Formats: sequence, structure tokens, C-alpha cells
Amino acid sequence: METVPQFFRAGPSPQVRLFFFALLSILLMVMDTRFGSFSGIRQTVGTIIYPLQRLAYIPATLFDQVEELINDFQLTKEIAYLRQQYFFNQQKLFRLQILEEENTQLRKLLGAAQQTEIKAIMAEILYVPRDPFNRKVTLNKGSSSEIAAGQVVVDDLGVIGQITQIHPFLSEVTLVTDKDHSVPVQAARNGLRSVISGTGKNNELELRYLSVNADIEKGDLLITSGIGGVYPPGLPVARVENIEHDRSRDFAIITCTPIAGVNRNRQVLILSLSSPIPEQPKEEPKNTAQQERKSRAR
Amino acid sequence: MPDDYLDQELPLEAKSSVILFSLLIALLFNLLPLQEIILLLRPDFVAITLLYWSIHHPQRIGMSLAFIAGLVMDVSNSSILGQHALAYCVITFFGMILHRRLRLFNVFKQAPQIFWVLLIAQFAVFLTGLLGGTYFPDWYYFFPSITGALLWPVISFLLSIPQKPKSDPNEL
Repeated sequence: METVPQFFRAGPSPQVRLFFFALLSILLMVMDTRFGSFSGIRQTVGTIIYPLQRLAYIPATLFDQVEELINDFQLTKEIAYLRQQYFFNQQKLFRLQILEEENTQLRKLLGAAQQTEIKAIMAEILYVPRDPFNRKVTLNKGSSSEIAAGQVVVDDLGVIGQITQIHPFLSEVTLVTDKDHSVPVQAARNGLRSVISGTGKNNELELRYLSVNADIEKGDLLITSGIGGVYPPGLPVARVENIEHDRSRDFAIITCTPIAGVNRNRQVLILSLSSPIPEQPKEEPKNTAQQERKSRAR
Repeated sequence: MPDDYLDQELPLEAKSSVILFSLLIALLFNLLPLQEIILLLRPDFVAITLLYWSIHHPQRIGMSLAFIAGLVMDVSNSSILGQHALAYCVITFFGMILHRRLRLFNVFKQAPQIFWVLLIAQFAVFLTGLLGGTYFPDWYYFFPSITGALLWPVISFLLSIPQKPKSDPNEL
């Protein structure tokens, strides 16, 4: 039998290796997209590379600090402005408190459910994916700061996205501009309800399946409707940018721009509804209707 | 053409610690939080590093290492698990089959050829992403391949430093 000396042994050929690893990665991709069975692996790897991500973030923090130093010169002006704002806002806040109390009392009178309280956690965007077409960002707070998947992420202007994957110290946010992301909204002007979806493009959202004669105008503000229980009501989401009536289609093509700085900000707020989402009513009415039909048939 | 090859020094065998360390540094570069335009232009440093090692030291680097690096990249990039793994395996494959030919050229003549390898790898990510239905990038999605090829001379110079012979072999 011929034996190959150690020095010349090369293992399987590159083609065979590529074939094996390509098969393996395709298998992984299919499992990941179709069954989503790898969040455990994602969490472990995410935790392992967390120190690296922190390290990579150091230049950005240094840059921030230098910027802050430069900004210090403008601080006196800003303080004066903010003080003024504070007085204005304080006044509004008093009125809000009174209204809130009045509202709770009225709600008690009506016997309606208490409105949910919202808890907010401040977080920073740690990492934007290497590929700018991937509409996901990573935040520096994770399950260790009581953050859960499904919570809403906002900035000072409006909705940014929703948390879709959590690691112990990190969490991933799917932006509203993601192609598979939808938010229940209503028009602030007339309360027209709809669902707004991302397009996968930068700074573009669309209202799908609104009929041609729907009462919506260019410049309408769209706010979250609170239907579905995931998004608290009243958060600004987008403004209608363009409405196109194509006669060959059943629905109007309505493009909107997000209000929040979806790809600008570094600081964001994570909102969590402190009361659990009520369970969806079971499909009893349908059954009764069927029974009725059956009984009628008899 | 053979002149290029004669000019080159015979490098020492690369240590695996050097390879791992360089991959870590490349990953660090890939993780830097950057803004819009730089983000569009940023080359995939891990891909280039893997390509360098598979061209210059094909015995020291296996496809399994590329696969693992790809998985790490997928997690940090929150893309489909396996996308970058496939791309990096393709890169090491090309490194393995082309390394004898590529080493005949100097780094500046290598760069345009590197561009095609990087482009094919990016195309693998693009296609799998498209099939997975995750996203539809614009045409400038392929910029990082160009910048990667332009940076190739710099990166391959930096990576060749640890393998420089300690003393000049021509010295008496």
C-alpha cells in the first residue's frame, strides 16, 4: 500500500471542502429563515463578541467627548434657552397632571380599563450593521436591564423600531423601514386606521392596501393607533410624502417618510408597556354562529 | 512577470496566533460604528484578511476557520446565519486554487484580481439575502469590493510584517 509522506498530505481537495461547507451554510440559512431555530447560538456568539463590540465603540465615545468639549462654549446660551423651555413645559405639565387625574376619575366613573403605564429605558445605538441595507441596529442594553423582545424603540421625535432579538447585554432593533416590519397607525387628522410598512429602502415607508378614495392627503401625520397592544397609542410614525393614483391598480400608492431619525440618532428610548397585553378573545362567536347555522339547518 | 516574483522575499511560516490575532483585529474594524458614506465604502476587513492568509499561507488556514469567522460576522451583522459563512468559504476556496498564480504578481498587480474574488463573495451574500427575502440593496452595495481591492496593498503589507525574515539572507 502506498502511503503519502506527512509533508505532502493535503487533505480533501478545495472543491470538496467548498462543497461541504456550502451545503452546511445553506442548511443553516434554510433552518434560520424558515424555522428560526438559532436564537440560542446567536445569543452565545453575541455574548462572546460583546467585549469586541465595546472596544470598537471606544473611538465613537472619544469623538463624542471631544465634541462635547467644543460644545461647552455654547452651553450658557443653551442653558438660558432650556430654562425658558422648562418654564413653558412646566406650565403644560401642570395642565397635563390635572387632565390625567381628571381622566383617571372619569375612567373610574365609566368603569373602563386603566390606561397602561409606560416605562422608558435609555439606550445607545452601539453598532450599525456593516451592510447599510440591513435595516437593523444593535443597542447597548439587553436582557440584563429588563429588556424583552417586542418592546418599542423611540427617539425624541417618533417611533424608530421594535426590539426583535435580545442578548444578555445587547439587543437588536428592527427599524420601521425594514421590509418585514409593520406598525398599526392612524391619521392624526381624521383617525383613519391603517398599517404602515417598511419598504427596505432608506427613509421610505408605505401605506399598503388603502383604497383609491381613502381620505388621506399629502402631509398627513400618521401616529400609532395602539391597536394590537404592542405600540402605545399616539406616537408619531411618519408623514405622507406622496400619493399616486394608478388606474391599473386597486390601491393607491402612498409613500411616507419616517418622522424619527431612523438612521441619525445615537440615543434612543426603549418603551415597555408595564401591563401585559390582554389575550386575544377566542373565536367563540364564530362557533356560536356555526352552531346557530347548524341548528337552523336542522 | 517573473521579475515580480524574484523581487519578493521568502516569508517565514505564519504563526497561528498571528493569524487569529489579525482576524480579531479585522473583526474589530468591521464592528466600528460608522456613519452613512463611510459605511457604504467600508471594505469587509475579515474577508480581505482571510483572503490574504489563504493566498500566502494556504496550509495554515482551513475553510473551517473561515466558516466560523463567517458565523461570527453573521451574528454581529444580524444577517441570516450562514450568509457570510458561505461568502468566506468561497473566498478561501479561491485563495486555495489561485494562490500559486497570484503569488507571481506583486501586490499592485494582485489588487484587480482580488477585486473579482471579493465581488464574487459579495455576490454570494447578495444572492442569499435576496433568496431569503431580507432586503433589496441598491447598486452601490458593491462599493466595498472596490475599496477592498484598493486597500489590498496596504493590508497585505501590514499582514506580511510578522513573517519578515529576521536577518537579511544575502548578508554575509
